[in-house]
Amino acid sequence: MMTDEIILRVEDIHKRYGENEVLKGVSFDVQRGETKVFIGPSGTGKSTLLRCINQLTVPDSGYIWLNGEEVTHAGPRINQYRQKIGMVFQNFNLFDHLTALGNVEIALLRVKKMNRQEARKKALMELEQVGLSDKVNSYPAELSGGQAQRLSIARALAMDPEVILFDEPTSSLDPELTREVLEVMRRLARNGMTMLIVTHEMGFALSVANEILFMEHGLIVEKGPPSEIPTSQNFTRTRQFLGSFQD
Amino acid sequence: MTMLNFDFELLLPVLYQGALVTFGLILVSAPFGFLNGILIAVGRVYGNRFISTLCHGYVLFFKGCPLLLLLFIIYFGLPSIGITFTAFTSAVIGFILCNGAYNSEYLRGGIQSIPSGQMTAALSLGMSRNQAIRNVILPQALRRSLPGLSNEFIYLIKYSSLAYMITVVEITGAGKTFATKYFAFFEIFILIGLFYLGLVTIAGYVIGRVEKRIAIPGFGRK
Ligand SMILES: Nc1ncnc2c1ncn2[C@@H]1O[C@H](COP(=O)(O)OP(=O)(O)OP(=O)(O)O)[C@@H](O)[C@H]1O
Ligand SMILES: [Mg+2]
Repeated sequence: MMTDEIILRVEDIHKRYGENEVLKGVSFDVQRGETKVFIGPSGTGKSTLLRCINQLTVPDSGYIWLNGEEVTHAGPRINQYRQKIGMVFQNFNLFDHLTALGNVEIALLRVKKMNRQEARKKALMELEQVGLSDKVNSYPAELSGGQAQRLSIARALAMDPEVILFDEPTSSLDPELTREVLEVMRRLARNGMTMLIVTHEMGFALSVANEILFMEHGLIVEKGPPSEIPTSQNFTRTRQFLGSFQD
Repeated sequence: MTMLNFDFELLLPVLYQGALVTFGLILVSAPFGFLNGILIAVGRVYGNRFISTLCHGYVLFFKGCPLLLLLFIIYFGLPSIGITFTAFTSAVIGFILCNGAYNSEYLRGGIQSIPSGQMTAALSLGMSRNQAIRNVILPQALRRSLPGLSNEFIYLIKYSSLAYMITVVEITGAGKTFATKYFAFFEIFILIGLFYLGLVTIAGYVIGRVEKRIAIPGFGRK
């Protein structure tokens, strides 16, 4: 599914909070249809990096390009770019006052300015995609964690994003629910969605990722295809990290 | 109890007229006081430093200023710098300014109780900050603030009687004039007290209905 077309370019991103330099110059290219998985110890800036990509956090320097257009310094046009960069959060961040349908519809109505019927039709389709057709009228509080996360994926998908950022989408789910969310993500990957994923689910990462990027202290220190992890020189530090993970 | 020393048939139209004015004061002040509260609260939480400070100052000022004094300033004071309002308008302005200040405090609490992830998620879908505030933050914040807002509405019903002090003949004023004339303070003030009690009871009932109507499973009960 991967093509040679570079859809997202991240160029030398720096970010500091006071004395704490969180990102120290991160660069990578993302090709259309690619799945990149970011791993690394806690506090190394993985979340910050994802948030810099859609400018929820504004980097101190560096550039983000989406389809050749600069997202950094976009001014008010940032809202248009954000539509194309979906985001899925560890704690879902569903809109608690809206039903499942409402959660998916709201941005279609207010951002994409679809009419009621169009928005409804599209939202129902997205809910079906993630297996929530029977929960259309349920509120977030009435959903299991797995259902809630699938709903938030549907909400992101409804905007027809070019790329989706996942920040530890299964970290607050138990193994059973994790599986149902990963299943949805796996299908997205197969269908050619471009995805950047921060996760600790190594099994999933190894089987789905086109590239694994190991981050530490605000830098990408090792990267390559997952098949190289067990043996390659490129992944010495990663193996060490994963080893300590298993103990 | 002595026999009534006034004619009920004379009293009723007087109280009726007064009641209409009281209704007028409340029905005009409440919605604008509500809107005022939203603007001030949003300005305080989401405004830039200047707007936020301005809104904070507004709240401090109008919470600190006795309402009666505020009404005096608007009705008796402002004409001396060339700004003149009718008594009714002066009262309504005073009520809106004061009601808005208190409403904004409840709304601010409501807004700040909404987890920051709600705004983040809204922005990530391409909503502007304004869209996020209107479509995501306020609908939730309003629900959380409803108990406080209801209280303020009940207060408004009761302090609308202060309008009498700047010559608005609402029900308390109308009753007072009548009572003075016939020297029947006890009966008439009890009657007016019952009127307010009825009004507050109805308001409480309506608010309860609204609260039920907009209730959302699992929301605000966490
Ligand atoms: N808004 C903020 N203000 C100040 N410091 C922050 C802020 N956000 C993140 N940081 C700091 O930046 C560093 C990187 O945080 P980040 O959340 O990006 O790490 P992470 O790799 O996602 O970690 P985890 O695996 O625990 O999620 C941390 O030291 C964190 O304390
Ligand atoms: Mg993180």
